Amino acid sequence: MSYTTTIIFAGTSLLGACAGLVGCFAVLRRRALVGDALAHAALPGVCLAFLVLGYRSLPAMLLGAFVTGIAGIVCISTLRQFTRIKEDAAIGIVLSVFFGAGVVLLRVIMNSVSAGSKAGLETYIYGKTTSIALADVYLIGGAAVGCLAIIVLLYKEFQVVVFDSEFAGVQGWPAFLLDLLLMAMIAFAVVIGLPAVGVVMMAALLIIPAAAARFWTEQLWVMLAMSALMGAAMGAVGTTFSSRFEGLPAGPAIVLCGSVVFLISLLTAPRRGLLARLWSERKFRRRMARQRTLNVLYNVWERSHPEVLSFAMDDVLRRKSWTFDELHSALGALSREGCVSFQPEGRFAMTDHGLQCAAMAARGFRMWELFLTENAEASSGIADFDYRSLEERLPREMIAELEEKLKEEGRYPTIMRRDGFSHECN
Amino acid sequence: MNAIDLSPIAETVCTTLGRWLSADPGDVALGLRTIAVGSVCNVSCAVLGCYLVLRRMSLLGDAISHAILPGLVIGFLLTGSISIVPMFAGALVFGMLTAFLTQTLQTYGRVSEDAGMGVVFTSLFALGVVLISGIGRMHLDKDCVFEGKIDLVAIDITEFAGLGVPLALGSLLPVLVMAVAFILLFWKELKVASFDPMLATSMGINATQIHYLLMGMVAGTTVAAFEAVGSILVVAMLIVPGATAHLLTDRLGWMILWSAVMGVLAAILGYIGAAYWNTSVAGMMAVAVGGQFLVVVIFAPRHGLLSKLVGNLELSLRIVAEDIVAALYRLEEQRTGSSEVDRATVDQATWADCRGFADGSLLTRPAAMMLRLRGQLAFVSGGRVELTDAGRRLGNSLVRSHRLWETFLDRHFELPADHLHEPASRIEHFIGPALQEKLARELDGSAVDPHGRSIPPLEQDDTN
Repeated sequence: MSYTTTIIFAGTSLLGACAGLVGCFAVLRRRALVGDALAHAALPGVCLAFLVLGYRSLPAMLLGAFVTGIAGIVCISTLRQFTRIKEDAAIGIVLSVFFGAGVVLLRVIMNSVSAGSKAGLETYIYGKTTSIALADVYLIGGAAVGCLAIIVLLYKEFQVVVFDSEFAGVQGWPAFLLDLLLMAMIAFAVVIGLPAVGVVMMAALLIIPAAAARFWTEQLWVMLAMSALMGAAMGAVGTTFSSRFEGLPAGPAIVLCGSVVFLISLLTAPRRGLLARLWSERKFRRRMARQRTLNVLYNVWERSHPEVLSFAMDDVLRRKSWTFDELHSALGALSREGCVSFQPEGRFAMTDHGLQCAAMAARGFRMWELFLTENAEASSGIADFDYRSLEERLPREMIAELEEKLKEEGRYPTIMRRDGFSHECN
Repeated sequence: MNAIDLSPIAETVCTTLGRWLSADPGDVALGLRTIAVGSVCNVSCAVLGCYLVLRRMSLLGDAISHAILPGLVIGFLLTGSISIVPMFAGALVFGMLTAFLTQTLQTYGRVSEDAGMGVVFTSLFALGVVLISGIGRMHLDKDCVFEGKIDLVAIDITEFAGLGVPLALGSLLPVLVMAVAFILLFWKELKVASFDPMLATSMGINATQIHYLLMGMVAGTTVAAFEAVGSILVVAMLIVPGATAHLLTDRLGWMILWSAVMGVLAAILGYIGAAYWNTSVAGMMAVAVGGQFLVVVIFAPRHGLLSKLVGNLELSLRIVAEDIVAALYRLEEQRTGSSEVDRATVDQATWADCRGFADGSLLTRPAAMMLRLRGQLAFVSGGRVELTDAGRRLGNSLVRSHRLWETFLDRHFELPADHLHEPASRIEHFIGPALQEKLARELDGSAVDPHGRSIPPLEQDDTN
């Protein structure tokens, strides 16, 4: 790797880490696109600094970008707080109008200043990773370390502000100031990243690693660490690809690496990932289907003689709007765990074990039903008709009460043994 | 075909305007053409943008305008030429894809809407840029993406009815017509789906379908406008005129009309500004519409900052004044009360006391002045203040409201006695005669409040 490539490599990795770190707070506070607005709002500041000084000075331009960026944020929160303009529109207004002003100023500069000194201004819009010099690496590294230090020092405060800013206010913390500090850190990261990757890609660096890290964990510090790592990896891999393939610009390459990381996280993350959730939903659906079938079987059994354990499928079909195939496959699943056995001439028999399981399921259904009729105001999310969640979700006294009522009505599954819970029916 | 010749009229307009502005008639014609293109584009964005603003999805406009880039490139790749139809189709597909992916990430991935949108549009934009640099031979100017070439549209013209009509209008006018037709055709559906999606569903309107139709329209408009004016102006025009109009009116129809007016105004002001400072027309139009928004935010009749400030001040002033009057009334009540002790200890209030009655509010003096002007308060010798008859009537009404409310609270809520005063002193300013009447009836003419003080009967105005 050549010297320049190494510097660019270090610069983009550090930038990715820094943006990933502060981006977490933007994403968690549902302000992902505020970063986008900030990046756009920085442009007029850069141009103004240039117009005022008349030459290119990195510190002045960074300061200008920072000032207009923060001004944009202030505009957004003012509009949201004091007018009927909603946050999304406020962000859009600031983003487009500030950027428009930036383009106007940029064109004024282009028309009035000689070619040499104005070079490089445009990199603030499109970004140019090759413009990263050793000094920039130090600056980006310093920013990353600074942000990390602030986050470590104020970790607990930030945590509360991010997840429950009202509580932070009640605790007597300066919630507004902490919020402002968070925004200032984001603004700073955006401003130092702009010349390297440009407006749109900077927004991506803030959002993508944080959104990807969110899939993997429920803990803030884990999320911060993962997001920073992912950001750094995006920067490193993207730059490597871009130096390997002629004509592949680094900024978009970095973002596309991030998109891949995001996609992988979206699909494969445990618990919050798409596949994991689909899997657990499928499991839940199957469990409920099984319990529904068992409940129906119990009802059928209850109406017949207690000794009779053999039924015609047609009898069951008459009570339920199932097709024959649906019933057959449901029974098939039950027969595999030894709850029922198929008999000739479209009949099937329940085993003792099956009857026990059916009683359990019926108990669950009837208890939940009774609970819902008596507590119509309860949110429907509580009652999922799974007998196993009964004990988890309702207080013990309430369960005893429901059981009592069912017994009075004579609808409590009578063959339930007292040790029914230890019975192997899952 | 060219039976109508409008050129003499156009020439007169240009020369008159030119003389008026002391500019060359040719330049005026150029300017008018640019303004025409800008107006058509702005209006089509603005009227659709109203719905985006109302549905709180303004940023989808921003996202779509970035995310269509790969669509443009793929359209170009498939046909190998910069022709409008395939690129339009490609962009339309990617615009819809953005809306769809954002929605999918939100529903199935549980990613919050803003983050999902951010991930989708930046990724698609990056893909577009990579595709462009991969092809290399496609001359898609970078500046064109942000600024468009509105500066040039006035040069590419065609003859129509004796006028030089910008070619860009050929693609922009149909888009405008389509946008307007879409809104008129789906007026009811869009309205219900925007304000109450649940109601829409219960009325049998497919809110999802309407959503994607709207997104398709936004994407189509964005693509058409994109070429002419660039993405900044598209985003600005999708969001800002709608938001401005939203501050001016509460009626959907008026909001759409206002947004269109804002779009045209921005085109005119933006062009003039750009010509004056010799800078980007698209950027200046965005700045102009931002300036209009700023003016409206401050001065809008009902939702503006200034009118809100004035309204708040008026209310504060009224409350302070009423607090003073009520306190004076109570003092008077004590002095004229039956108890000898009271009469001896309670002194007549002074001007300095008034500040105490109003909790030391800065508005005490203006409030007292207001009361005096209205003839409700009189300053008598020795710095003392006294209620006039009119003031006494106001005080009577206030104290009556206060005690009625306390009694009502005491009867219907289980509040301790020392918790009754505060809510009552807050609400006494908002209980009118009608509500007093209702409360009194509800309390069966009870004449004593929970603290044992009598509720004063309503004093009649003797003068009329």
